[in-house]
Amino acid sequence: MAEVRAEMTANVWKVLVAAGDVVADGDTLVILESMKMEIPVVAEEDGTIIEVLVNEGDTINEDELIATIG
Amino acid sequence: MFESVLVANRGEIARRVIRTASRLGVRSIAVYSEADAELPFVAEAQEAICIGPAAPAESYLNTEAVLAAAAKSEAQAIHPGYGFLSENADFADSVAERGHVWVGPSGEAMREMGDKIAARNRMSAAGVPVAPGTTEPVDTIEAATAEAEKIGYPVMVKASAGGGGIGMSAAHDADELAKVFETARTRAERFFANPAILLEKFVPSARHIEVQILGLADGTVVALGERDCSVQRRHQKVAEESPSPAVTPQLREEIMAAAVRAGEAVGYRNAGTVEMLFDTSSGEAWFLEMNTRLQVEHPVTEAIFGIDLVEEQFRIAAGLAPTFDPTNLPIPNGHALELRIYAEDPKRFLPGPGTITTWNEPTGAGIRVDSGYVQGNVVTPFYDPLLAKLIVHGDDRDDAIARARTAVAEFTIVGPKNNLPFFTELLDNPEFTAGEYDTGIIARMRA
Repeated sequence: MAEVRAEMTANVWKVLVAAGDVVADGDTLVILESMKMEIPVVAEEDGTIIEVLVNEGDTINEDELIATIG
Repeated sequence: MFESVLVANRGEIARRVIRTASRLGVRSIAVYSEADAELPFVAEAQEAICIGPAAPAESYLNTEAVLAAAAKSEAQAIHPGYGFLSENADFADSVAERGHVWVGPSGEAMREMGDKIAARNRMSAAGVPVAPGTTEPVDTIEAATAEAEKIGYPVMVKASAGGGGIGMSAAHDADELAKVFETARTRAERFFANPAILLEKFVPSARHIEVQILGLADGTVVALGERDCSVQRRHQKVAEESPSPAVTPQLREEIMAAAVRAGEAVGYRNAGTVEMLFDTSSGEAWFLEMNTRLQVEHPVTEAIFGIDLVEEQFRIAAGLAPTFDPTNLPIPNGHALELRIYAEDPKRFLPGPGTITTWNEPTGAGIRVDSGYVQGNVVTPFYDPLLAKLIVHGDDRDDAIARARTAVAEFTIVGPKNNLPFFTELLDNPEFTAGEYDTGIIARMRA
């Protein structure tokens, strides 16, 4: 199982996937917004989304778990 | 001079405007969001009013909250800084309607310049050179493709109402245009609430050179030199200098005259900046847009001209003559650099908010630091990543670079990520030290 974590403190602007979705390496899962910049969070391997732990509008901290891929 | 000024902004620029107000004996009023309560600009203003939660739309962009604070504090004038409401023409009108002095150009002049397509057409009519591009908003991909064929690839795709490099991309062929056009439209709607798109000739090797103008209280427009803002990442400026190493005395004379014509064409009052694109291969300079406000990088002009642009803004807004003789403009002296210290990593330039545990600013001759934060402050993700501006003034360019190297080495920031290590690299980069760079310099440093 792979964990996708936040690289920085940010607001969650868009959540593009849900549990059960099949994703490929490089697919955008979530778009964060921090300091007026959009930061796409991408899958780093092929798999199925097990869980998405953030919602649009949430503020998340550096290293916080965003999603798990199995 | 007016008795009081409300500063409708935050961070370093709020602090900088408050500093000039204090020096001139003008009562300063800060407005702040809940996220910024601990920042120094709040404490340094003589009065401070909380105008809402962290989200900009609910505080710094909330016109009613700002106007209510101005009424409550009986602020005679309002200074908008840059960003936020500074280029909002309706807000400028509301400020005047409610009996305050707006420290900036009229809403009308802002409207004429706020739309890039209209501004290009207006400037072209006034005899200011503009790059080949569209004269009407482009709504569909079919229209965009047809226009791009006329202009010739590569083309730059921009939001007509845009700024800050958001939604701006180059397209080298029709396929790339199709992709870029959709993104630009989406961004334009999201960030500027206006989907109008402009296509312009893309210049592969360009420098971004801008001219500082002041529309004086008596209607005279004067130009105070240029700034070279070609060190950019994501189309946003990172370092600026004045004078520009690329501008010859003859070109300088031409662009100063063009900038004055641009200001005169719209009856411009107060501080403004005429942005130009300089093609390094042809040596031509074209009008890009006019920023109807104080620029972030205004201190490099202040350093070499020995004036305080915020004081001049105050004087113009109050109907007073400038501090200098407009028929005998101050002579620039030496060379100045500005480095924008951002809360971002120095390699990929991704934002890195955090708590500042150590903050030590450099000091010394020719060193100025305009900072928004002090030790112990939290840098939040809600606003732009600018932590401070390091401005260095030297006898000549080499002297300024040498002083900048020392100042960067002495600047210590621990906590949020920051781009100080990037400046160590930049100040030793052969293109930069030779003064022979263009807007691609950072991309080449990171290739």
